[in-house]
Amino acid sequence: MYAFTHHSASSVSDAVSTLGANEDAKFLAGGQTLLPTMKQRLAAPPHLIDLGKVKELRGIDVQGDKLVIKAMSRHYDVATSDAVKNFQPGLAELAGLIGDPAVRHRGTIGGSIANNDPAADYPAACLALGATIVTNKRKLAAEDFFTGLFSTALEDNEIVTAVEFPKADKFKYMKFRNPASRYAMVGVAVAKTGGTVRVAVTGAGSDGVFRWKAAEEKLAQNFEKGALEGLSIDPNTLNGDIHGSREYRAHLIGVMAKRAVAGA
Amino acid sequence: MPTVSMNVNGRPRSADVDSRTLLVQFLRENLRLTGTHVGCDTSQCGACVVQIDGEAVKACTVLALSCDGSNVLTIEGLANGNELHPMQEAFREHHGLQCGFCTPGMIMTAVDLVRRKGNNLDEMTIREELEGNLCRCTGYHNIVKAIAAGARNMGSAPQSKAAE
Amino acid sequence: MSATGIGASIPRQEDHRFITGKGRYVDDINRPGQAYAFFLRSPHAHANINSIDIKAAESAPGVVAVYTGDDIAADKVGGLICGWLIHSKDGSPMNAGPHPVLAQGKVRYVGDHVAVVIAETLAQARDASEKIEVDYEVLPAVVDLASAQSGAQIHDVAPNNVVYDWHLGDKAAVDKAFASAKHVTKLELVNNRLVPNPMEPRAAVGEYEEGTDSLVLYTTSQNPHVARLVLSAFIGLAPEHKFRVIAPDVGGGFGSKIFIYAEETICVWAARKIRRPVKWNCDRTEAFLCDAHGRDHVTHAELATDADGKITALRASTKANLGAYLSTFASSVPTYLYAPLLSGQYNIPAIYAEVKALYTNTAPVDAYRGAGRPEATFVIERIVEIASRELGMDPAEFRRKNFVTTFPHQTPVIMCYDAGDYDASLKKAQEIHDTAGFAKRKAQSESQGKLRGLGYSAYIEACGIAPSAAVGSLGAGVGLWESAEVRVNPIGTVEILTGSHSHGQGHETTFAQLVSGRLGIPIDNVSIVHGDTDKVQMGMGTYGSRSGAVGMSAIFKALEKVEAKAKKVAAHVLEASEGDIEFKEGKFTVKGTDKSADWGTIALQAYVAHKFNGQELEPGLKESAFWDPTNFTFPAGVHICELEVDPATGSTTIERWTAVDDFGNLINPMIVEGQVHGGIAQGVGQALLEAAIYNDEGQLITASFMDYCMPRAHDLPSYAVGMTTTPCPSNPLGIKGCGEAGAIASPPAVINALTNAVGHENLQMPATPERVWKAAQGARLRQAAE
Repeated sequence: MYAFTHHSASSVSDAVSTLGANEDAKFLAGGQTLLPTMKQRLAAPPHLIDLGKVKELRGIDVQGDKLVIKAMSRHYDVATSDAVKNFQPGLAELAGLIGDPAVRHRGTIGGSIANNDPAADYPAACLALGATIVTNKRKLAAEDFFTGLFSTALEDNEIVTAVEFPKADKFKYMKFRNPASRYAMVGVAVAKTGGTVRVAVTGAGSDGVFRWKAAEEKLAQNFEKGALEGLSIDPNTLNGDIHGSREYRAHLIGVMAKRAVAGA
Repeated sequence: MPTVSMNVNGRPRSADVDSRTLLVQFLRENLRLTGTHVGCDTSQCGACVVQIDGEAVKACTVLALSCDGSNVLTIEGLANGNELHPMQEAFREHHGLQCGFCTPGMIMTAVDLVRRKGNNLDEMTIREELEGNLCRCTGYHNIVKAIAAGARNMGSAPQSKAAE
Repeated sequence: MSATGIGASIPRQEDHRFITGKGRYVDDINRPGQAYAFFLRSPHAHANINSIDIKAAESAPGVVAVYTGDDIAADKVGGLICGWLIHSKDGSPMNAGPHPVLAQGKVRYVGDHVAVVIAETLAQARDASEKIEVDYEVLPAVVDLASAQSGAQIHDVAPNNVVYDWHLGDKAAVDKAFASAKHVTKLELVNNRLVPNPMEPRAAVGEYEEGTDSLVLYTTSQNPHVARLVLSAFIGLAPEHKFRVIAPDVGGGFGSKIFIYAEETICVWAARKIRRPVKWNCDRTEAFLCDAHGRDHVTHAELATDADGKITALRASTKANLGAYLSTFASSVPTYLYAPLLSGQYNIPAIYAEVKALYTNTAPVDAYRGAGRPEATFVIERIVEIASRELGMDPAEFRRKNFVTTFPHQTPVIMCYDAGDYDASLKKAQEIHDTAGFAKRKAQSESQGKLRGLGYSAYIEACGIAPSAAVGSLGAGVGLWESAEVRVNPIGTVEILTGSHSHGQGHETTFAQLVSGRLGIPIDNVSIVHGDTDKVQMGMGTYGSRSGAVGMSAIFKALEKVEAKAKKVAAHVLEASEGDIEFKEGKFTVKGTDKSADWGTIALQAYVAHKFNGQELEPGLKESAFWDPTNFTFPAGVHICELEVDPATGSTTIERWTAVDDFGNLINPMIVEGQVHGGIAQGVGQALLEAAIYNDEGQLITASFMDYCMPRAHDLPSYAVGMTTTPCPSNPLGIKGCGEAGAIASPPAVINALTNAVGHENLQMPATPERVWKAAQGARLRQAAE
């Protein structure tokens, strides 16, 4: 790691004002992605603003017809929360598939979505469920929040404070892991709310998480895995590497989507 | 340099550290608690697993400064004096270690697993829960057996620190 | 069998320190005043260095010194050596290019050592390393074995990048057998390149003791005496009597810690220059780049069979990638550790192998668990399996028909198998595995849309290496005996000093079991001392599954001497003639009388020396021995892998694994089984998960656990392990060795099972989900066509 100055934020407003006062400062949430990146000297923020002690960023509860997960809720918290399990069990399952048990004790939902790793799991859930990303400044639809590989609509002096999930009738996330890193090589989230179906794919898109609209249309007509038969996705829109070619990923998206529908 | 204070294995410890000091460096270099190991740079091998406030974490992926005010338990603090923790005893009994390098992280992970999943652990659960711990020697066979036995014994042990 | 003697599955003596966090690995050692080394490594696979500017780095905060190849040359620090001389077919010696510890005008792989920065803290050393400016002239990289001979020349001494072009066997006899063969089976295979990845990365602390003008090196070594020998006699850092090498607890090696590397050399050299201890600890990415890799062969093989399904000949042509430099034992791995094992467990009248070893701009390749023998086993066990399928014979029956059944058996490729019962292992493995129930299990899998396959591997290896004269005649630069010293203390406790080194094998337990059983003393009264050249006089270290067969045999020999001496003492103490003294279960008795003395009494009497004439019988009780084996040992066995494939995703799940091994006599069956488990896991890793992949520019794509897939707990099954026993006739304990067998046996078992599942042979290691998915598509198409 390169040297940096550590700031421990006491509140959201303290965090934001510290960010404004220090050029190129970065927030430190759970650190499970940022710290390894810094250790490899691939990131060198001169200031880290540690959110670990910001109490107002913790907590999960159901407010009316939506589930509100504050940004510093850890994957472990989400995976084991009764509120989440009752509201949307598939979301708790997804959180339990992120990283490993020790990583889940540190990694947070806010950190995950603000980083928008193209192989992260939460972005797929946010897109499929039509989540709303809450910041200190505004509320954004997930669709508008995720803007590409490792990029989001977050502006200077803006911090994710919570994610709001509306209730879906059915939701399931299927993940095919990269055998080495255990990130999603392909992850498909399928959500059905009334007559609307959303299918979001992570791990495979050359521009990060995306919605598979063709699958959504078929499933809106008939929410059965058979509805996806014969449907394919263009490998040229996907990412290929030593672990899986574009063609293989395209195939896996179909398989995982069918399994998600069957399990939803 | 900023000062960090935490409780490690029941003792208050404090030091001035470079901000970039990781918890594992603080333990190994400042406190000379060298039982917590470093086996990779990418938070995957789990040789550095310790408990922070009762939960297993990878000490290579936490800043020491983030642990200010926390309770940290390392492998050195697991036994009750000369009495081994049931999980330590189970690793010995079932030959759950060879070179010993991954062992502290394995044991700390296993104790945490029992906290979360209870004393009756089937083989599949144990294997899945070891997602974040690599061993190159044992082929995991005896680690799995040791954890199952250690978990059972933690349930029947009259006094178990981790159960507190 | 005593409760703690040979054959007892007792828990390990060494475990307590490891489970309580009190192990002492090199990185746990800190010396007063130590500084930290960080290596600047080449970012290019192949480049000339025009200049290096270290000025800015030298004045960076905390920097103590910066050294480059010029400093190494000025101090006449010798290069790293390769200790096994191979001759090509034409009789010419191998082309060994220089291997400097810091680059001399040229770098040859990504990670090659360009400079070292020594600073007050590791972070400062690393910060300063970024201030070093190197002017590189980048050259084309040679990465691929197929094109290595036509690529840019890497070493001046090696035209076409050929290290040697070697062969073994009778080509004419083989050609003749093929000409009259009824059937010929052909096979192209890749033995994928692996990174050993012991969980403890390498580390070193070098220290200079000014008062005695001597050096101390703490290092992660499997063979500290060999390290001292090389650093002293070849690299020339200090004479051996002024040089202490300590390998304390070592966190796994698997071969990668046999070798003498640049980093430890520089730590101890620099410690004398700066008059301070110098510490280096490898991070995992450096380990990926610079630890010696394993395997990396491409082979074409052919097997000839007659009308009865008997094998008549085998030929194999192999290209072996040795990387950018010849590592310590690199040259022996694809030659004498490989081709002599191509006969497998089979009676093959004629064998011919040729091996072309090539330089590439990749990390050096050397011994990794099994070293040559997994490569040979993969060739023979794949081709035998395919031949049985082509001939329409049951793969087990085809093997049985061709097994060696009489011993000793001289193969056409050097080895003389001394003892074994291959059919017994096969039969037992089939019973344990319930191979008879496979068809039913397969039908069940298919009813759930899954493919199921079963694969055999009947492996043999040659280990316990090895008779010194034999390996010397084949080009080895060292003898491969082992030494031991038995020190009996006056109160009867015993210290065993051994040249073997334990880094996970459990020697502190197994070696002590031998002593406890032999002397009839509690195991807690025995301590095993190893890994320190100031304590143990000399040793060859631990690799090649040799510590039981060779290391313990040396202890056995020394114990015999101790017992003989103790009997002489007992004869005086018990006032009897030496010939009447009997020793059993820790007690000396006089034949035909009720007179006796226990072990502790005799030990004390040996030291107080009151009961005998010190001129006729020397006081004290301490003996040493060197054991040089009379033959290799030949562990063999049968592994059966049964797996299920999800044809939709290509995911493979190993459902059952049976291993039946003949390791000769066992000291601690629990530890032996643990060695088998670990070996299988590494073999399954090779077969399904692991591959070191370089891109065309010679960049290692798989340089961390994010991209190099290590086997995890849920990638593996529980294993059913059984044993058969034919004692080894070439050592007094009847031990064959067990450390490498699992890694040797398992890759072909997995691939034979997978190819059985998908119904064709077109599948290379590692059989990743994508490769299996593609292979399984073929299977489904064929089924549809049927």
